[in-house]
Amino acid sequence: MNAELAPGFADPVRAAQSCFRAVLDAMSHPGRVAHVAGVAAQSPLCVASAAVLLTLVDHETPLWLDPDAEPARRWIEFHCGAPIVARPEAGVFAFALSLPDLSQLSAGSHESPETSATLICQIGALDTGRHFRLTGPGLRSATTIAIEGLPPGFVTIWRRNHAMFPRGIDLILCAGDQLTALPRTVSIEEV
Amino acid sequence: MAYVAVKGGERAIRNAHAWLAEERRGDPAVAELGLDQIREQLGRAIDRVMAEGSLYDPDLAALAIKQAQGDLIEAAFLLRAYRTTLPRFAHARPIDTASMRAARRISAIFKDLPGGQTLGPTYDYTHRLLDFELAENQPPPDAARARPDLSPIPRVPDILGREGLLEADGPVDAEPGDLTREPLSFPAGRDVRLQALARGDEGFLLAMGYSTQRGYGGSHPFAGEVRMGEVSVEIEPPELGFAIDIGDLTVTECQMVNQFKGSKTQLPQFTRGYGLVFGYSERKAMSMALVDRAMRAAELGEDITAPAQNPEFVLYHSDNIEATGFVEHLKLPHYVDFQSELQNVRRLREAVEQREAAE
Amino acid sequence: MNDTVSSPDPHAARRHWMSVLARAPADAIEAGLARDGGLPSWTVIRGPEIGLAMVRGRAGGSGSPFNLGEMTVTRCTVRLESGIAGHAYIAGRDERRAELAAVADALLQDPALAGSLHESLIQPLADAQREQRLSRAEKAAATRVEFFAMRTMRS
Repeated sequence: MNAELAPGFADPVRAAQSCFRAVLDAMSHPGRVAHVAGVAAQSPLCVASAAVLLTLVDHETPLWLDPDAEPARRWIEFHCGAPIVARPEAGVFAFALSLPDLSQLSAGSHESPETSATLICQIGALDTGRHFRLTGPGLRSATTIAIEGLPPGFVTIWRRNHAMFPRGIDLILCAGDQLTALPRTVSIEEV
Repeated sequence: MAYVAVKGGERAIRNAHAWLAEERRGDPAVAELGLDQIREQLGRAIDRVMAEGSLYDPDLAALAIKQAQGDLIEAAFLLRAYRTTLPRFAHARPIDTASMRAARRISAIFKDLPGGQTLGPTYDYTHRLLDFELAENQPPPDAARARPDLSPIPRVPDILGREGLLEADGPVDAEPGDLTREPLSFPAGRDVRLQALARGDEGFLLAMGYSTQRGYGGSHPFAGEVRMGEVSVEIEPPELGFAIDIGDLTVTECQMVNQFKGSKTQLPQFTRGYGLVFGYSERKAMSMALVDRAMRAAELGEDITAPAQNPEFVLYHSDNIEATGFVEHLKLPHYVDFQSELQNVRRLREAVEQREAAE
Repeated sequence: MNDTVSSPDPHAARRHWMSVLARAPADAIEAGLARDGGLPSWTVIRGPEIGLAMVRGRAGGSGSPFNLGEMTVTRCTVRLESGIAGHAYIAGRDERRAELAAVADALLQDPALAGSLHESLIQPLADAQREQRLSRAEKAAATRVEFFAMRTMRS
């Protein structure tokens, strides 16, 4: 069986709409974990990664693929039709199987901060692992989230990203069929 | 400008739609229009709606025409809206009009030219007499046939170009701008101007083209060539890695040849205007070519003295969906604004009356 | 599509049958496949789905490209049990046609089936399409002007 010939969304319209809603919800309420469905896991992609890619990425959104995600290239090219770019700073979206160096991705400009990259990162799990305390827009009071698979210096890395506001990277974390989002506006401390 | 949100019209709107549906149907004793009838027998309406709706799909155009009761701008609007619900899969390769299977091909600048003059199913020689026999629904006689010459018909610009008499075309590999993705901004490149013209209102472009002939930025045009027929469309899906032919489109193409200019560094040459449009729409293709040439005035070192030469004037007003949006928006409630106008006028009148009373 | 002879193209045969299938009615494709021993079973990998292709022209006919307008396109990718993938992109909106064309594309890539399928499906369709084109060309040819020389008219 050729890897690129596995199917995408069984019901593209409904699945993409509900996945979009899940991402929107997660971005608006940092730390909230959402479930997505509609596509089978496609090694190395988990269900959530596959769904988010199918929903957000298309032939008009240049995508940078971290080298560790190379096995996913053909499936992504076929189902998303995305132009896959060689230079990280050229990606409107970036996809990786572990957190890449954020400083190589586009953080947007002061005039157009929205042109920054959105990083979709697959990680180990969203219900175990190190705990992080989140505060900021979208959160009436602090919330805690558990994330398995981020590098040890993540809080420092994120502080640098957060300090660039309005520029900066927004992060969508995917594990299994779950996702959560860390918009650049959120403050993160390790618990 | 403040628009007032108004509540309470839901029932009236529902009833309006119901009455509209009844009006659209007309007399129930009369047979209802089928989409196939519109597609087959109102081809020029279909072509105009596809061109201005910027969506080539004759069946959708037929539905839009039926839904709009024949209002073609309304129908184009429907297609523009429907387009937004469909994902874009690909850009096609540029169509090759040189290999068009031309049903019609004429030139006003050469009598006996390679490929000949083929009239096609044209209205040009019909004398414009109303044909009452068409009210009788009789089948037409069979069209005559003759042995065809299937070799490709050379382009008139290529014929002229061989002697260097015609300005050359631009670079072939540039990536064109796209008005469906980026809003129009000025200065607008020729690629974006041609896209805007192709989807522009035929009546507006006809008037603009006519104006160039009446001295508003005249460029002494000749119809170098008009051709109409089918071209194949090819796309190159990444999963295949080679180009495939996905079907045919009918297009009309017009090459206008315009007065020659020369400079210190360049021998005099004829300059060009180009028109290309979905379907069999000769008037539109010719108007487009006239206006294309007029808008190149700045590039060709000509003074801009006329509306058709002013790209901002032409392109900001050529899209009839945009135009109708703003014209018809005047029907939205402007109650608050008008109240303040009313008060102003009354105050001014009072001031005048008081002054007159005092004198 | 041009019937001109060009340099050797490794995909020529497949481009030809895909071009024929893109213009064939769904019933004709289904009948042609059925004739050849019944419809196989297949899995749909993508689609059939309706979308758009942006059509482009060239300024002056042979110059810089510009976006002319979009056209509807239906596409489908299927996989046969043998693992062969078939693709179809066809102008217009017809999901059944696209799916059947993709199935035919897959079958035609199988050397064991290609020969008889060409005979039962592709050739008759190609012939019918050529007839249609020829018919239009004949009607156009009848409207070609034969200019008389003035001398002939006066004598």
